[in-house]
Amino acid sequence: MTITLTHYLVLSAILFTIGLAGVIRRKNLLMLFFATEIMLNAANIAFVSISSFINDLSGQMFALFIIAIAASEVAVGLGLLILIYKKYGTLDLDKLSTMRG
Amino acid sequence: MEAIAFYIFGVLIVGLFLVTILSRDILYSMSALAAGMVMISGLFFILGADFLGAVQLVVYSGAIMALYAFGMMFFDATREVKEKHGSGLLVFILSGASALIMVIIFAAPAIGNKIEPLVQATKGVDNPHAIGEVLFTKYLIPFEVAAVMLLVAMIAGIILASKKMDESLSEVYVGADPETEKKEQV
Amino acid sequence: MEKYLYIALFAPFVSSLFSALFAQQKKMQFVGIVAPILIGISLMSSLLLLSHVHESGEAVRANLMDWIVVGDMNITFGFAVDQVTAVMMVVVTTVSTVVHIYSNYYMDHDISFNRFFSYLSAFVFSMMILVMSDNFLGLFIGWEGVGVCSWLLIGFWYHKKDESKDVNPSVSPSWAANEAFIVNRIADLGMLVGIFLIYWNLGTLTYTEVFAQLGTLDHTLLVWIGITLFIGAMGKSAQFPLHTWLTDAMEGPTPVSALIHAATMVTAGVYLVIRANPLYSQIPEVSYGIALLGTFVAIFAASMALVNRDLKRIVAYSTLSQLGYMFAAAGLGAYWIALFHLAAHAFFKALLFLGAGNVMHAMHDELDIFKMGGLKKKMFWSFLMMGLASLALAGIYPLAGFFSKDAILEAAFNEHTYGIWFVLWLTAGLTAFYSFRQVFIVFLGDERYHEIGAHPHEAKPYALWAMSVLAVLAVIFGWFREDFMEFITKFLPAYEMSEHTHHMVWILTIVTTAIAVTGILVAFFKYSKKLNRSEKTENSFAYKLLYNQYYIPHFYEKAITKPYAELSEIAWQELDMKVVDATVDGIAKTIESSGDVSRRAQDGNLSSYLKWMTAGFVLITIIAVISVVIK
Repeated sequence: MTITLTHYLVLSAILFTIGLAGVIRRKNLLMLFFATEIMLNAANIAFVSISSFINDLSGQMFALFIIAIAASEVAVGLGLLILIYKKYGTLDLDKLSTMRG
Repeated sequence: MEAIAFYIFGVLIVGLFLVTILSRDILYSMSALAAGMVMISGLFFILGADFLGAVQLVVYSGAIMALYAFGMMFFDATREVKEKHGSGLLVFILSGASALIMVIIFAAPAIGNKIEPLVQATKGVDNPHAIGEVLFTKYLIPFEVAAVMLLVAMIAGIILASKKMDESLSEVYVGADPETEKKEQV
Repeated sequence: MEKYLYIALFAPFVSSLFSALFAQQKKMQFVGIVAPILIGISLMSSLLLLSHVHESGEAVRANLMDWIVVGDMNITFGFAVDQVTAVMMVVVTTVSTVVHIYSNYYMDHDISFNRFFSYLSAFVFSMMILVMSDNFLGLFIGWEGVGVCSWLLIGFWYHKKDESKDVNPSVSPSWAANEAFIVNRIADLGMLVGIFLIYWNLGTLTYTEVFAQLGTLDHTLLVWIGITLFIGAMGKSAQFPLHTWLTDAMEGPTPVSALIHAATMVTAGVYLVIRANPLYSQIPEVSYGIALLGTFVAIFAASMALVNRDLKRIVAYSTLSQLGYMFAAAGLGAYWIALFHLAAHAFFKALLFLGAGNVMHAMHDELDIFKMGGLKKKMFWSFLMMGLASLALAGIYPLAGFFSKDAILEAAFNEHTYGIWFVLWLTAGLTAFYSFRQVFIVFLGDERYHEIGAHPHEAKPYALWAMSVLAVLAVIFGWFREDFMEFITKFLPAYEMSEHTHHMVWILTIVTTAIAVTGILVAFFKYSKKLNRSEKTENSFAYKLLYNQYYIPHFYEKAITKPYAELSEIAWQELDMKVVDATVDGIAKTIESSGDVSRRAQDGNLSSYLKWMTAGFVLITIIAVISVVIK
């Protein structure tokens, strides 16, 4: 039984959904960041697998740039998280909500 | 052989990531995430993307996880995360539906048939070499833009984190900066 | 000559615009000087055009511009000055000039002096369009224009409040203005239908083309066109049953009554019938109906004038009555006689109104003639001019009314419609009586004005000089009957009296003069010494019937106005509030409540936003998948 592109793509979809579920389930901002990382990695798997299966390097290039973007995101995002934590003393979204909608 | 490796890695990744999003303890989450990242790099190696596998290991499992680890020092990480999980049903329906749809989309036979290679991998050259060639010819400008972006992110990280902080805390980020610089060199 | 045509047409327009510039400001004397000068220029141009038409015998035509060009429809803004138009123009501008000058005196203390001149000149402009247009649509524009100006001018003192009938028996100006406008709307609908019928069947509206093609139309169709156009004429000329507005229109300033509701606008209906004479000569049954209606209105209005106590309303009824004469003449086919009477009537009736204006001014806007009397001593010239005008109205030789009214009676006799002749003859007597009843009560007898504390004074000399122009015309105009006939019959069909009538003319004249003189004498003996009022007469049924205008206004109010108001009330309460408003409110409420519900989505919690975003993502992907599958 050979592993086809579809296997990889389905795996990628499952991982993406796990990330998505994390994003909508968790209330802690840091956990949200983790979940985002999962989603980015899921996308990476899709890119790399397609790239590999059709023998095209563009996908790997994109994965590379996505990793770069993820790194920047973490750098800036963590800075913001620290500021938020300093100001409010929590990272819980329910407690950070200020509107009384 | 490939199939066995794929399933092992696949199951591991899914399991670890599930732990990540379900765990109450941030440390567990982060450890599972880091492990998952390592497993993903294994997938990359299977796919023959050696260079990307290495980058994944270095950047994700190394740098980003270290960054999270340091960042977590600011938060009380040892305490269990107390969250109100509203309707689990809603989360289940939404994520289930999107999973189903995406699996349908990707499993559809139409996908993949129409894709034409944009940049043909050179035959007989190993992966890092080929990537290097493409990166510094066709993707030179995006690469440089990415470098600038990383620089900007680095400065932003320093400024955001060091604002109105005592020196000892800001030193933490000074220590983290070389990591970012290293990524620029990638 | 085209140049003069445009000058005659647009000088009043310029005057109106010029006055309108200062309409919001307090009185400026130069407005009262510039406006009459511009109208005078229009008069001069009209006279030049008249003499040109007289000499050449041909119409002056001008095409200002293409107006409506849609598909096959091509209506031009064209003007034509033929004999009829030239006469109308001269009549209109002459009376207008006099009235403009006179208004300087009458409106002297009015705060809206400038506005008044603006409206008045706008009216002259509209009237000029009405008479000068060479097609029915231009006529209609002028027709509506004079309607609007009439509305503006009747309601000029719109700020006067409605008063109950026992305080002030008349209506308020704004009410009268609206009544005039609404009644005219009803009539104008008829006229529009007539115009549509013409256009539908002939594809043109230009007089010459329409009248040239009339022979191609079905007789029934011609009857309908004739009737609908005449309905329009009935509204403008206040014929029964649309006559109530004219007497109420007396609420406007007196110069307005003189110009619009005596001399010019109300004769527009007669003008229309004269203008459309080729049409009406082909449908004798409709024409006969017009003659009958005119005759009826003549005696109907005269009877109401017999007992009325309101200075201006008496004159208004006499106008109505004289319009009836004109329609009778036009209906009998004596078009030139109708036009002749129209012109003569314009002069002496305007004079009568301006005289009434003098009296009103002297009596501090008191209108009840029973409270006046003996004014001759203080206002000799006004007395003289009103007397002259009344003599002309009564048809006493050698004044204008004698010639024109006599001609109408002769025409009635000539057509062997002796009934019409008799009624008109009787009306002539009534006319003489009520005119002089008014003159004698106001100017002779005991001085009752002391009771209301009035201090009468004669009008200013320039006002009297302006009126004297009309007085002269009222006297001499009739002398030119033969010239007028010769001139006008180049355009209008000549009206030949039969041999038999020629023999009878002397007898007819004597009979007519006799009844007029009788009327005057009765009035003299009854009212010249003192006011003779008898309780018995005033309590009689006939007197009350006449005094209340045959209860027609009451009937209209009960049968039309009230039910309509109730219907409107129902439509408002039931239809508007419960259906239309409810629908609108319902839409607003639905939107509001949906907003109230969806407001909860925006709770400021990032987590719930993310849930929404995911839901959106799922939705979009589902749509994408479905659309791909369907394809």
